[in-house]
Amino acid sequence: MPNTTTNNTPRFAWRGWVLPTAFIALWFTATQLHWVNTRLIVPPQGVVTTAIHELQQASFYAGVAQSLWRDLSGFAIGALAGVAVGTLIGVSRLADTLIGPTFHTLRQISLFAWLPLLSAILGTGDGAKVIFIAFSAFYPVVLGTLEGVKGVTQAHAEVARVYRFTAWQTLRRLVWPAAAPQILGGLRLGLIYAWLATIGAEFLLVNDGHGIGNIVFKGRSAFNVELILFGLLAIGTVGVVFNRLATLAEARLLHWRAPQRR
Amino acid sequence: MAVSSDDIAIFPPEPTAASALPLQRSFPQPQAVPASAKAWRQPIADGATWLASSLGTAALGLILPALLYALWWTAADRHWIAEQILPSPAFVWESLGIVWESGELQGHVGHSARRAALSLLIGGSFGLLLGFAMGLSERAKAYVFPTFNALAQLPVLGWIPLLIIFVGIDEGLKLSAISIAVVVPVALSTLNGIANIPGALLEVGRVYQFGAWQTLTRIVLPATTPALFTGLRQGVMQAWLTTIFVELLSSSEGLGFFMSYSRSLSQIDMVIVSMFAIGVLGIVIELALRLIESRLQGWRRNAF
Repeated sequence: MPNTTTNNTPRFAWRGWVLPTAFIALWFTATQLHWVNTRLIVPPQGVVTTAIHELQQASFYAGVAQSLWRDLSGFAIGALAGVAVGTLIGVSRLADTLIGPTFHTLRQISLFAWLPLLSAILGTGDGAKVIFIAFSAFYPVVLGTLEGVKGVTQAHAEVARVYRFTAWQTLRRLVWPAAAPQILGGLRLGLIYAWLATIGAEFLLVNDGHGIGNIVFKGRSAFNVELILFGLLAIGTVGVVFNRLATLAEARLLHWRAPQRR
Repeated sequence: MAVSSDDIAIFPPEPTAASALPLQRSFPQPQAVPASAKAWRQPIADGATWLASSLGTAALGLILPALLYALWWTAADRHWIAEQILPSPAFVWESLGIVWESGELQGHVGHSARRAALSLLIGGSFGLLLGFAMGLSERAKAYVFPTFNALAQLPVLGWIPLLIIFVGIDEGLKLSAISIAVVVPVALSTLNGIANIPGALLEVGRVYQFGAWQTLTRIVLPATTPALFTGLRQGVMQAWLTTIFVELLSSSEGLGFFMSYSRSLSQIDMVIVSMFAIGVLGIVIELALRLIESRLQGWRRNAF
């Protein structure tokens, strides 16, 4: 009896693979036997060939690098501004009454609706894209920080007062550590939105730049379905990697809180 | 029940109810003051200060928008930025009046709203179906969840070029793209909601020998309501975001189209008008969600 329970844990989760395998088998058969228009529904091996070909191109890596650079610089600006504004609104009631209503109203403007105006003012180059990406990361980071800062208890604030913390010390040693889980949650969401904005900006401002989104869009205009599928996978992979890194960073940074969370 | 001093000021509690509540510290006891107009004046004075302070708060909140508006007005008036790039506020107001009176703006709003709502319905139903199937059946989850989770990692925007190839750039593209954006959050939060039902509740159902239908309607649905609402909120947000995106990308009607069309004609005034309309719609959506949320919570209070 104990033998079966120990065997149970590392068991291969075969059921999860049934659907993808069946799908790829059907896809392969359908294209092989020409049940479908193979120009529209390309054979899976074609996608693999394209992927191998693209992965050997310097232009692909240059495109990914360009997108990543824009994404991360925009994210950095948006995240810094977001933590600053979130902390300000959260800590100071005056700042909340002054800035809060404007912030919560502007937040209702759908993200991509900013892009035409931004591109009119700043052009379609890197500047407009980076600012747009910063914008997209800004909102979730502010909301996360705000939530975290509002959750700091009165008791903790009193301890800080007893120790005569300066304003900076209060922020560094009380407010930010206490709000860390929510701030990091906001940062993670900001990272996801920044990547979405990176790709979206490349789709919408298509005539300019050579990012990963542009590669995909080139595939669309050339009717190259293999390239589109490969681009979709590449975009998804970057997103997954970001998410993994965020999870790792969160676990690392919140390590000291772990016993309390349990 | 949380009672703040503001609540007391507007609605002075009945003497009997008030004496039962332990909040008399800041509030003069009726017995302490001889029956005179004094006891009545206090709440009115409180109400007046509350009104004044909340008006003051609102006024403070208007300072920043007023400053921004003044900056915009000055920048346009002094020609700091070319008029083609940043039109004057007066010009934008005028443009708003023109498209409002011709009904053009309302038409675009209607198109965008219809698109978002229809996709929300399609994507939401699929998401609920998937979420319930994976949440209720261990087997369905084992088969479907890994694939679903892998596909959920792909950003919606990434699907769009592929969808363009398969369904073209007509209404099908918009509806399918927005629906895909809705399915993921709805299914995930439904699944989470079901997974987080307290075991004790299900046990109660077992004790009462509930059938499958009774368990579903009496335990699973009420217990997952907050999670379903979270899913709805995220689904609505995603739907609205994606609607504007696809309309900007390729469309012949809707707010996003109006925006990119005006942009291509360098009519920045109309771009700002559409941003304004998108913001107003965003606020309407937010208020509607809050209304639904409070209804749901009211229902929850009645139920338990």
